[in-house]
Formats: sequence, structure tokens, C-alpha cells
Amino acid sequence: MSNANGTMNLTLKVWRQKNAQTAGKFVTYKAENISPDMSFLEMLDVVNESLILAKDEPIHFDHDCREGICGMCSLYINGRPHGPKRAITTCQLHMRSFSDGETITIEPWRAAAFPVVKDLATDRSAFDRIQQAGGYISVNTGGVPDANEIPIPKVIADEAFNSATCIQCGACVAACKNASAMLFTSAKITQLALLPQGQPERYRRVQSMVAQMDAEGFGSCTNTGACEAECPKEITLTNIARMNFDFFSAKLFREEEVHEVNHG
Amino acid sequence: MSELKQTFNSSLGKKLIMALTGLFLSVFLIVHLGGNLLLFSNDNGYSFNMYANFLTHFPPIEVIAYLLYLSIIVHAAYALILTINNRKARPVSYAVGTESPVSFSSKNMGLLGSILLLFIVIHMGDFWYQYKFTHNVGYKEYRTNVLTGERTVTAFTPEKPDFEHSMTYDGNTEITRVKDLHARVASSFSLLWYVVIYVIAMVALSFHLLHGFQSAFHTIGWVHRKYKPIYEFIGTWLFAVIIPLGFAAMPIVYYFQSLNK
Repeated sequence: MSNANGTMNLTLKVWRQKNAQTAGKFVTYKAENISPDMSFLEMLDVVNESLILAKDEPIHFDHDCREGICGMCSLYINGRPHGPKRAITTCQLHMRSFSDGETITIEPWRAAAFPVVKDLATDRSAFDRIQQAGGYISVNTGGVPDANEIPIPKVIADEAFNSATCIQCGACVAACKNASAMLFTSAKITQLALLPQGQPERYRRVQSMVAQMDAEGFGSCTNTGACEAECPKEITLTNIARMNFDFFSAKLFREEEVHEVNHG
Repeated sequence: MSELKQTFNSSLGKKLIMALTGLFLSVFLIVHLGGNLLLFSNDNGYSFNMYANFLTHFPPIEVIAYLLYLSIIVHAAYALILTINNRKARPVSYAVGTESPVSFSSKNMGLLGSILLLFIVIHMGDFWYQYKFTHNVGYKEYRTNVLTGERTVTAFTPEKPDFEHSMTYDGNTEITRVKDLHARVASSFSLLWYVVIYVIAMVALSFHLLHGFQSAFHTIGWVHRKYKPIYEFIGTWLFAVIIPLGFAAMPIVYYFQSLNK
């Protein structure tokens, strides 16, 4: 917590990297007179202001809504994606979660599939390509259908909705010792596979998305559960089991093929 | 690439192979422990030697045995392939190691598995290889009185070195001559360093199965709130506690028995 003045002085070890081509290194900064009520990103804003005033290059990091719902912020803080608290994103992490005088190490997501763009910002477009490979349903547009026209049991609707809360931040990949994207991919598959609207493309979808996930160079799952523990939206490992089951059903027992032309 | 080949070359397919071979090896452990409990039957190795002879001369068991050796190799080979791929997926590692709350077992499956593979090589080299491919294992002759059940035992040296076993009758006496694996086990387990290797390997086995057994079900995709507690219970108590304890008890008990001789 804070010192006698009600503020905090911290030492930051921040990963600085010019671009994907050049090697990066840790640079140490002092963050002084930080309010414990600041969010982690606001603390970095304060550090950046002083860097700009000193005509230094500010630290680059991804952020957008700062409300914990967009999935843009990242940061691997002291060995944990999104910092030490459960079920929140970095923008929702407050400096009161640290103590005065602490040294905080900040690293970008580390994965071959998430190359560093600059400093702490990584290119997470691999997730977009997995989504594009099959994370949708094909429907005809038309008049607005009646609500509850298609009956869906409450438990199933809840489960699908839980999977759908994934914000694509990539903390699962960052936390996984194998840099595996299975929690993300399985959530995106499950949110559709559980619902009636997702059925026509269910077995084609799982094959296309898993193929894209492999092509992006993510690792495999060892059911360690670090992803589940670090997910800001508390997506569960059960999604991965569901994906596995659908994948093996599709590959070993069903007729659906992956259409290379349409599905990458 | 054929569809099935594609399936088993995918990340999930490789994990399926790991899960299926792992489960097969786990089931084998139950049988292996059950059979080896004959070491505790205190009959100068009669039932254990007969059991070892049965295992090596009953064709269906021999087929399963080779399936088992193949499973060990495939399980280890795929573990290596997956580990290399997983390393490639994170070329630059973190400066601060993970602080995520995850189990020791699940983080160290590769290390635990490597210890087990090394153990299996030592273990099979000392018993299986010696029994099947060398003349280093001696013989025993058991004379059992069929009426009273009284049994005497003597060492026996066959005329031909390829002798396996025989059973003949002399009046009411059943004469069984069989390879004496029991003596080899007893002499190995009288060495302290050997016992230590076994105990370390069984600790590794315990942690490997604590994660591995339930993880295999997860990989196959069988996660259901009704069944998950059942295989978690079996994975913890049977595979991570009872089976490693049972196996570890054999070298430990034999070691202390050897001290009293």
C-alpha cells in the first residue's frame, strides 16, 4: 500500500523493443508519487508523460476502453497476465494491489504467434484469423425474428453466454506454458456449438478453426489450467474439452469436410 | 495428406494419442501391481515364478506386451514432439516465471515422464531383458506333495541352457522346475541404491498420474459434472496413491527382509 504521503514510489522494469525486427531489453524506470487509486494503465500514463517531457520515447502499450470489456489491454505483470488479481484486465487493476517501493516487471505477451509490434504492444491478429476461419454462423437476413422463437434450455443458454464473454485479450496464450490458444479457440467454438443456430456448421467450424489455430503456431494443451486461472472473463477449461470432443467426432465419425476454399 | 493422417498430425490429434496410450499404460499398472503382489506370498517365490513363466509363455499376453512396449515408445515420442512444438510456440521466454496458481504435476509432466522413462529402461533391462534374452537368471525346483501341500525348494541347474520350465509327477509329488526371477528380484532389492531409484521413480509416477490420468479424460473431451469427480477420485487415490505405494512397498519390504538374513 501507500507511504505516509498517501502515494507510492515504484521501480518499473519495462520491456522496450523498437520493433519486431530488433532485439529488445529491459529498461528500469522510477514511478514516483503514484496514487494507489490509479489504474495500472494510468500509472503508465504518468510515467509516459515524464518520458515525453524528457524528450524520451514513451512506453507503447495496447489499451482502448479501460472498462475491462474491449480486450485490448494486455501486459504480463510480475509473472501473471493482467497482474496479480483474479478475473480482471490490466485496466481494472489498481495500484493499491502493489506495495510502496515494490519493483514491478512488465513484459509483453510472449508467443511466436503474437509478435511484438513495439515495447509491450503485440500483434494479436492471429486470433482474428482463427475467428475468420469459422467463428460465425451463416444466416439469411430478413425481418426481425420473434424473441424466444427458438426454445433454448436456460442452462445451455447460460453456458453459451459464459463462453461468449471471451474478449480475445490473449491472456490465455500469455499464461499457458505452451503458448496455446486452446482456451480462446474453444470458447469461440463452444459459444456457437451449444446453440441451435450454430448446429449446421458445427463440425466444419471446429475443424477449420483448429486448423487455423495450428497454422498460426500456437502450442498444445496440457490441461494445466493457467489459462482458466488468468482469464479476465473466467472462461473454463470445460470449453477445451468440448472442443476436443467435437473435433474428434468431426474427424473420426462424421462426414463434414473442411472446405479449404472458404475456410483457409 | 489423408484425412486420418491429418487428424493425428493436428495438435489435438497428437494429444489424443498421448491420452490413449497414457490410459492404456495406466490400466496396465493395475494388472502389473496385482500380479506382482505375489512377491508378498512368502512361498520361496513359487507363485511369483510361476506367474512370470505364465506371462512369458501365454501368447495373448505376449501380444499385449508388445502393444505395451509400443505404447511406451509412442507416448514418449509424441511427448517429445509436442514439447518441441510447444517450445517453438514461445521462442522468447518470460523474465519472471509464471506465478499462476497451477499444480506442480501439470507443470512438470515432461520431467516426471523422463524420470519414468529412464526408470523403465533400468527396470526392463534388469528383469525383462535378463529373463527373456540371457542365461543370467537361475532356476528353482519346487517339490510339492499334492496330498499335504507341503513344498520343498532347491536350486536347479538344467542340462540345456535354453531350458524354460517343466512340470512332472513322481507319485504324489509334483515337481516344478522354473526360472527363478524371484531370486533376481530379491538380490536387486537388497541393494540400497537400487531401492532408492525405485522409490524416487514411484514418487515421480505418483505425480505423473495425479495429473495425467484425469488430464487424459479432458483431452478426449469427456468432461461432465457427473463423471469428472469419479475419474478425478480414481486418478488421485488409485493411480497417485495406492498404485505407487504398492509398487514402492516391494523394494522396501525386500530390502528390510534382506537385512534380517
